[in-house]
Amino acid sequence: MKNDENDKLLLVTGTPHVRDHADIEKIMGDVIIALLPACVMGAYTFGPRAAAAMLVSVASCVFFEYLFEKITKRPVTIRDLSAVVTGLLLAMNLPPTVPLWLPAVGGAFAIIVVKQLFGGLGQNFMNPALAARAFLLASYPALMTNWVIDGVSSATPLARLKAGGFTPQGVDYFNAAAGHIGGCIGETSAIALIIGGAYLLAKGVVSWRIPFAYLAVFALFSAFFGRPTGYELLTGGLLLGAFFMATDYSSSPVSPLGQLAMGAGCGALTALIRSFGGYPEGVSYSILLMNLAVPLLDKIKPRVYGHKKR
Amino acid sequence: MRLTFKNGIHPHDKKISTSGLPIETVQPKPGSIMVYPLSQHAGAPCRALVSPGDSVLLGQKIADSDAYVSAPVHSSVSGVVKEIKRTLTPSGLYCDAVFIENDGENRAAEFTRRSLDDIKKMPRQELVAIAREAGIVGMGGAGFPTHVKLSPPPGDKISAVIINAAECEPYLTSDHRVLLEETERLIDGIRVLLTLFPEARAIIGIESNKTDAVNKLNALLSEIKEDRISLAVLVPKYPQGSEKQLISAILRREVPSGGLPSQAGVVVLNADTTIALQRAVLRGRPLIRRIVTVDGSRAPKLGNYKVRLGMTYRDFVEHMGGFKQAPAKIISGGPMMGVCLFNLDAPIIKTSSAFLCFGEGEVKIHSERPCIRCGRCVERCPLGLMPLELNAAATAKETREFIQNNGMDCMECGSCSYVCPSKRHLAQSIRTIKRAVMAERRKKADAPAREVAKT
Repeated sequence: MKNDENDKLLLVTGTPHVRDHADIEKIMGDVIIALLPACVMGAYTFGPRAAAAMLVSVASCVFFEYLFEKITKRPVTIRDLSAVVTGLLLAMNLPPTVPLWLPAVGGAFAIIVVKQLFGGLGQNFMNPALAARAFLLASYPALMTNWVIDGVSSATPLARLKAGGFTPQGVDYFNAAAGHIGGCIGETSAIALIIGGAYLLAKGVVSWRIPFAYLAVFALFSAFFGRPTGYELLTGGLLLGAFFMATDYSSSPVSPLGQLAMGAGCGALTALIRSFGGYPEGVSYSILLMNLAVPLLDKIKPRVYGHKKR
Repeated sequence: MRLTFKNGIHPHDKKISTSGLPIETVQPKPGSIMVYPLSQHAGAPCRALVSPGDSVLLGQKIADSDAYVSAPVHSSVSGVVKEIKRTLTPSGLYCDAVFIENDGENRAAEFTRRSLDDIKKMPRQELVAIAREAGIVGMGGAGFPTHVKLSPPPGDKISAVIINAAECEPYLTSDHRVLLEETERLIDGIRVLLTLFPEARAIIGIESNKTDAVNKLNALLSEIKEDRISLAVLVPKYPQGSEKQLISAILRREVPSGGLPSQAGVVVLNADTTIALQRAVLRGRPLIRRIVTVDGSRAPKLGNYKVRLGMTYRDFVEHMGGFKQAPAKIISGGPMMGVCLFNLDAPIIKTSSAFLCFGEGEVKIHSERPCIRCGRCVERCPLGLMPLELNAAATAKETREFIQNNGMDCMECGSCSYVCPSKRHLAQSIRTIKRAVMAERRKKADAPAREVAKT
């Protein structure tokens, strides 16, 4: 080797010198893949209108992320796919009857108010899609609870349950699993959601703690209140919430015990709202409420090696 | 059943390219300059005992210290001392070093041989003194003086001696080869340890990916019927070779925060260190060589080499036939905790376990992205820390918060950085603030002493 080459300084960096392949794009990509079965079922069950709502919602989220970052002269981060995930989740939480401007408004609220104003990716203290849904529900209550498709009312199973028109004989597990029931675009097919959730767990994108604690505690409470627990687990936004909404990284705890507490809290609140609240459905508000408790839940830290048990 | 500890990571072990290559002995060239840094260990640096112009023998002690936590340095060749000057060590620090010109004659100092029966009659302190005089330090990477480990405080009852053969860092196979090729010496080294700790049993902790070494050890152990020595087969996982993790994997005991393994009744010694102890005690030889794994896409020649300490990497590379393609990054040690070399002038020292060379395309520097709170760092931290919070405290220089969140317990294994999808420099930021806190503490401890000195 020549002398001058010998004198060339080598690259010096801190440890570790190797990194895992995981990155933000791969994680968000996996979430999108996991959502696809439910999206496809939503489009199949509710038709092109639902598909259009999903497209508008995604486009709106990506557009407003781009616009906000351009205006505030921050690096544009739409390539990280997180806005696409927010857009999909928002659309999945809307009734299939919504006018197409509604997801556009919701997307703007989710991205600008809930995500970007608090500092962007990783900084939002509430799930942007759920906060936007709550915003839309408060602002356009009629549009957000319209389940009438082509003149046929398809009131959600939980709304019928709340209204008292539900009898155990009316339980149709097959339709609930497949998604041939009333409800939001992405919440009706339990099977699609379970497949997606299993994919997230298998890929290690989310841990089992929040979904498991959520569903288990919900089932316990629901059974205790004497409600049709099995049917309730399959209907409404429960599976969508447990696998995809409550597990949102920035608005859920990072500590393992905190995650169990988050899931348990969501489960208890959902069962309470469904049983005693004015709403037929309680998933969104349960998760939003628990989002607010995350800073507190993150104080439940793991025990540090070599320290006494507390 | 294979044992393991809590959390940790599974990096690709990359050991296949060198694990089958027998150890090759490297002779330093006559006329070459050997470099002996006076600080190759954790603890106080040594003072040189020789001066320029002195002639030295192979195995002669050339530097020592009065401090307890320190270890002497020996010449690994015979020759003449050329100079004593500051030099860069592979650890990235400057310290004084003795430069010796190798005369190539290998004239050796006198080495006293002892049998295992001899040492059973020796007083404990004398045995420990032999380890100290031989300059033995932990060869896994930390370089903690072994004689200190061998003299636990009188209150700590040692019930187990663990031989650390986990070798959990990717690429490294030097311990693996030593286990295969010097198995009998390892067992003799363990016998020395069991003489030192008569109430203890010895357990060799080895990861299950070293199948041939596990089989060989099992066969030998059943042959010699030494019922105080056993094997613990571990799940390959990083950082299994960390003392604390090894202790909890094998014994389900924990070392108290800020404490030493002896407080959990354990002494942990690396496999190659145990062999160095065997050489020192039974053959009277000081620590003057070590096994170095050479790997990476730009490595001159893959393999495991028995190298004399003090040989510069430049001479080592030349011995291997030079680089085929210029490397962009060279790591001394494993890819998780090893340090980068600035150039090839640094010598091989007691803690240099590997020489890993990588090319331009493989050494991308990741730019940090915002934390997305995925919680992987928390899930993987083997100590139960919350690296994302420590990183936030470290980058904001919130020293108090960092300490309150037990940041000083971090052993910088880098598992958090490894799994971080945002490629944040978690371990690096934690290390930086830890160093600052330790420097601050030293300054405070020294302040009263300096006041006294003034008056």
